[in-house]
Amino acid sequence: MTYGKNPSSKKRRILSNESKWGYLFILLPLCTFALFTLYPLIDAFIISFQKFKPLKTEWVGFNNYITAFKNSLFYKSIINTIVYTVLTIPLSMMLSFVISILIVPLSKRKQNFFKAAYYLPAIASGVALSFVWKWIYDPLPTGLLNRIVHFFGVENQNWLGSSKTSMLSLVLMALLSSHGTSIIIYIAALLGIDNTYFESADIDGATFFQKLHYIVLPLVKPTTVFLLITGVIGSFQVFQNAYLMTGGGPDNSTTMVGLLIFNNAFTYFDYGQACAQALVLTAIIALFTFIQFKVTGDGVEY
Amino acid sequence: MALYKNYSKKEKKKRYLRDGIIMLVLLLLAITTLFPIYYMIISSFGEPVEAGAASYSILLRNPTLNSYKFFFDYSKYSYRWILNSFIVAGVVTVTNVLFATTAGYAFAKLRFAGNKVIFFIILVAMMIPYQVTQVPLYILVVNVLKVKDTYFALVAPSLVTAYNIFLAKQFIGSLPSEIIEAAKIEGCSQPKLLVKIIMPLSKTVMAVMAITTFMGSWNTFFWPFLVTSEEKMQTIQVGLKNFSFANTTYFAPMMAGATVSALPMFILFFSLQKYFLEGVTVGAVKG
Repeated sequence: MTYGKNPSSKKRRILSNESKWGYLFILLPLCTFALFTLYPLIDAFIISFQKFKPLKTEWVGFNNYITAFKNSLFYKSIINTIVYTVLTIPLSMMLSFVISILIVPLSKRKQNFFKAAYYLPAIASGVALSFVWKWIYDPLPTGLLNRIVHFFGVENQNWLGSSKTSMLSLVLMALLSSHGTSIIIYIAALLGIDNTYFESADIDGATFFQKLHYIVLPLVKPTTVFLLITGVIGSFQVFQNAYLMTGGGPDNSTTMVGLLIFNNAFTYFDYGQACAQALVLTAIIALFTFIQFKVTGDGVEY
Repeated sequence: MALYKNYSKKEKKKRYLRDGIIMLVLLLLAITTLFPIYYMIISSFGEPVEAGAASYSILLRNPTLNSYKFFFDYSKYSYRWILNSFIVAGVVTVTNVLFATTAGYAFAKLRFAGNKVIFFIILVAMMIPYQVTQVPLYILVVNVLKVKDTYFALVAPSLVTAYNIFLAKQFIGSLPSEIIEAAKIEGCSQPKLLVKIIMPLSKTVMAVMAITTFMGSWNTFFWPFLVTSEEKMQTIQVGLKNFSFANTTYFAPMMAGATVSALPMFILFFSLQKYFLEGVTVGAVKG
C-alpha cells in the first residue's frame, strides 16, 4: 500500500474512509426514517388538501381546514383534551413529587421496593388496564367503586356512562396508573442534589419546608419542566383510554382530539379531514410547548 | 440525604413516629396503585360465568384455571397471538438495538458531510404527533405496498426509532474519543471498532434500549390493530380487545386474558428491574 506524498492527502484518505463508513452505518435507519416518517409527514400535508375517494382523489384547497374550524365537535374535543390535561398533569406531578420526597430518605432496599411498586402499572399493557378499570367503574351496585362510595354514603353512580362523571373517571384512572415514571425520574433528580446544600441550610437553622422551598424546588426545576412538557405533549395525543373505555361517549363528553382524528380517519375514512385536524393539533401542541418554555424560563437543556 | 431533620438520641420516639407515618402513607398509596393489578390477577382465577353470577370478591376464593381455558378456547389462534407478539417484539428489539447503536455511533463520533443536519431532522421528526403520520402510513402500508396482515407490516415502521438513535448518540457521544483514536492508529477498521470497542462499552444503553423497545412493542395496540384484520396475524393486545368486545359480560375470562397479556412483562420486569428503572431516567436526566 502506498500513501500520497504529503501528509494532508493521507488525512483526506482517512476522512473519506471515515465518511464512507458513516454513511453506511446510517443507511438503513435513514431509509426506514425516510420511508416511514418523512414521507408520511410530507404526504400528510398533501392529503390535508385533498378529498379522498376510492377511484379519484380530488384537490379541495383549504376546505378540510375550513370544515375543521367550523365543526363544533372539533372545538369540543380540543376543550375536552385541555380539561383532561389540566386535571391530570399538575395533580399527577404533585403526587409524584410528594411520593418521591417521602421515598428518598429510605434505605436503598425500601427505595427499590417502592419504586417497583409504583412503576408496575406502567408496564402492564394499556388494553389490560382498561379492562380492569372498566370493571372497577361497573355501574351496578356491585361495582367496586360504587361499593366504596356507598360506604361513604354516596349513591350509585354510572361512572363511565354519565357525562357528569365520565371525564373524571378517565382522569382518576390516569392519575393512578401513570405516575410511576415521574416518580422514578423525580427520585433520580432528588438523589442528585448535593448534600452540602442541606448541611449549610442546617447550620442556618432552616426548617424542612424552607429547605424544600429554597433548595429542592429550584434544583429539580429542570426535571419539573421536562415532566410538564413531555406530560402535556403526551396528554394532547391521548387516544387509547378514551377509545377503549368510553369510545368518546356519552354525548362526546370524553371525545379527545386524538380519538376524533382516529374516527375521522378509520371510521368515516375521511383521510383529508383527519390529516387537517392532526396538523392543527400539531400547531396547538407546538404553541403550548413554546408557551411553557417561555413561562418556565430558560436554563433547561436537553 | 439531610433534607429531613436529624433528631438527636433523646428524640428517638419522635423519629420513629415520623418514619412510621412516612411508611404508612407510602404503603397506602402503593396499595391503591397496585390494586387494579392485584384485582386483575385475583379475578382471573374465578369461574367463567356471566357477570350477573360472577363474584366480585377481592379475595382469592376457590381458585380455578377455567377462565384461562375459556380465554384460550375463544379463538383457535389465541396461542398464535402470543407467538406473534413475541415475534414482532423480538424482531423490533434486535433491529432497534443493532441499528440504533450503529447509527448512534456514526452520528456521535464519525465525521461526514450532513451528519449534524440529518441528525437534527430526525430529532425534529420525533416531536411530530403520531396522529399526523398515521393516515399516510396506513395508506402506504395497506394501499400502496399492499402488505396488510403480514409480519412486515407489523414490524417495518418501528424497525429503528428516532428515540433510540437519539439515546444511543447521547450515550456514545459521552465515551472518550481517545479510545477510538487509539484503536484507529492500531489499524482497527470501523466495523471492528464498532463491534469490539463501542458495543462492549455501550452495554448499559443497549440493555436499556432492548427492554424499553421490547416493552413498548409488546404493549402497543394501535398499529397492529390498524394493519391486521385476520385473527391469525393479530398480536395479543389486539386479540384481547376483540375477545373483550365479543364477551363483554364474561368478567373472569377477560381478566384472565388481561393477565396473560401482562404476565410476560411482569416476569421480565422482576428479572431485569435494574434496567427497567434505569430506562426511565436515561432519556430524562442528562448523562
